[in-house]
Amino acid sequence: MTQTRNLIDEKGIRTDGRTGDELRKIKIEVGVVKNADGSAYIEFGNNKIIVAVYGPREVHPKHMALPDRCVLRCRYHMSPFSTDTRKNPAPSRREVEISKVIREALEPALMLEDYPRAAIDVFVEVLQADGGSRCAGITAASVALADAGINMRDIVTACAAGKVDERIVLDINDTEDKEGGADMPVAYLPHLNQITLLQLDGSLSSEQFNECLDKALNGCKSIYEIQRLALMKKYFGSESEEIREEQ
Amino acid sequence: MSSSRRSTLIVEHLRKQQMWEAISKGKRLDGRNLDELRPLSIDLGIIKKANGSAKVNLGNSEVIAGVKVETGEPFEGLENKGALIVSAEVLPTASPFIEPGPPDEETIELARVVDRGVRESEMIDLDQLALIPGEIVYTIFVDCSITNTDGNLFDCTSYAVVSALMSCKLPVFEIQDNRVIDTGAIKPAPVTTIPVSITAARIGDSIILDPTSEEEACMNARITITTNSDGHFTAVQKGATGAFNREQIKSISELARLKGQEVRDKIKELTRIGE
Repeated sequence: MTQTRNLIDEKGIRTDGRTGDELRKIKIEVGVVKNADGSAYIEFGNNKIIVAVYGPREVHPKHMALPDRCVLRCRYHMSPFSTDTRKNPAPSRREVEISKVIREALEPALMLEDYPRAAIDVFVEVLQADGGSRCAGITAASVALADAGINMRDIVTACAAGKVDERIVLDINDTEDKEGGADMPVAYLPHLNQITLLQLDGSLSSEQFNECLDKALNGCKSIYEIQRLALMKKYFGSESEEIREEQ
Repeated sequence: MSSSRRSTLIVEHLRKQQMWEAISKGKRLDGRNLDELRPLSIDLGIIKKANGSAKVNLGNSEVIAGVKVETGEPFEGLENKGALIVSAEVLPTASPFIEPGPPDEETIELARVVDRGVRESEMIDLDQLALIPGEIVYTIFVDCSITNTDGNLFDCTSYAVVSALMSCKLPVFEIQDNRVIDTGAIKPAPVTTIPVSITAARIGDSIILDPTSEEEACMNARITITTNSDGHFTAVQKGATGAFNREQIKSISELARLKGQEVRDKIKELTRIGE
């Protein structure tokens, strides 16, 4: 990828004013879709994503059902108005692939064997897209699954790291994704130390690869705290009291 | 919509047990070591009508890749570069479980991961392939037909694409009065690096390389890592419904570099014939 301008200035400040280890602003709200069994809304930088979970419910068509576990179905979709130029609402090949990797990132956390012959549907709708929408989508989806009361082994938390101007930085934004050197989205189960999504495009040396992965995992751990607070806020009311009690 | 499903290939319990037992002793059912790849063979130039072609066999997996070169408009945002498009189709010939029809999500993922490996490594210097910047550029299609499946289609297809591109001859186009003229001459494609993908599967706590269909049906998780000639990582894709821990990723990434270099030497050796 050719770089047209400096994306990090002499002081180490990025195009959007962040340092190398700083996440974008993240806001998560739980239970935003009234009809859904579980739902979440996330603002992750300029990403605005709504996730609704339906199920466990009956599988249609019935032959799709699995006798020993639940079918997890996942749709990642971008609204036509979510991007700079209008996006055709029909599912693109990119969306098909992302739907698949999101499903595979969520599945290891879910106790699907608890709901044989049923289906759980996860709908990830990107209302406004910035860089890292798949990570934001996974982060919100696992909160929505928890909100739906699905049995889970852990929460899934996701974050990207990448290379910009030959430096490894946390949480790549849209400009850095398009003009930077590498982008590595990671999804992580923080308590089980399991990596459930790992992708990379760009070029990284062996040292950079490991630095990038560790940075992304640290980002995931910070995002986990935000997910936890969002869930506590809905189920225990005031978030601050709960935290004080635990500490 | 992406949906969890059963493996189409059913492996009997006894066979699974044998596989687990063998793997726990560091061997696999086909006699390979855990980090051993199946034999790789490459036939070049099998399709005379294509600008470049390769048939690659990795064990019993077989892929034919053909390169077709045309001229066309550049991609949006990449106005001064040639266009490179990689596609893949699993033919109905490939196994009893494949039916004709639009590509399913696994085939779409396969094509996109192979494309990413070639694109992100900047294997072809696309800057050299603009004819009238912003208007007319070389468009290189690499289409892959998977004719037989026995696991690890990611690597087999990737090797086919790389071999076909390394051996392909581009027609020399010239611009006269704003029109494209085919001069009839040919030149090699501007190859800058050789990307090689290595796919690993986790079965229980063991990591195996180059899984067969049978092993894929039993695996917990899969990861494909592409390195370029400098040993840099250029593309990664984790797949399947399981996970890896940090240490496993670290050891697989080192394996991908070492084994990738072995495969790269082999591809270099095999594609030199016929030059």
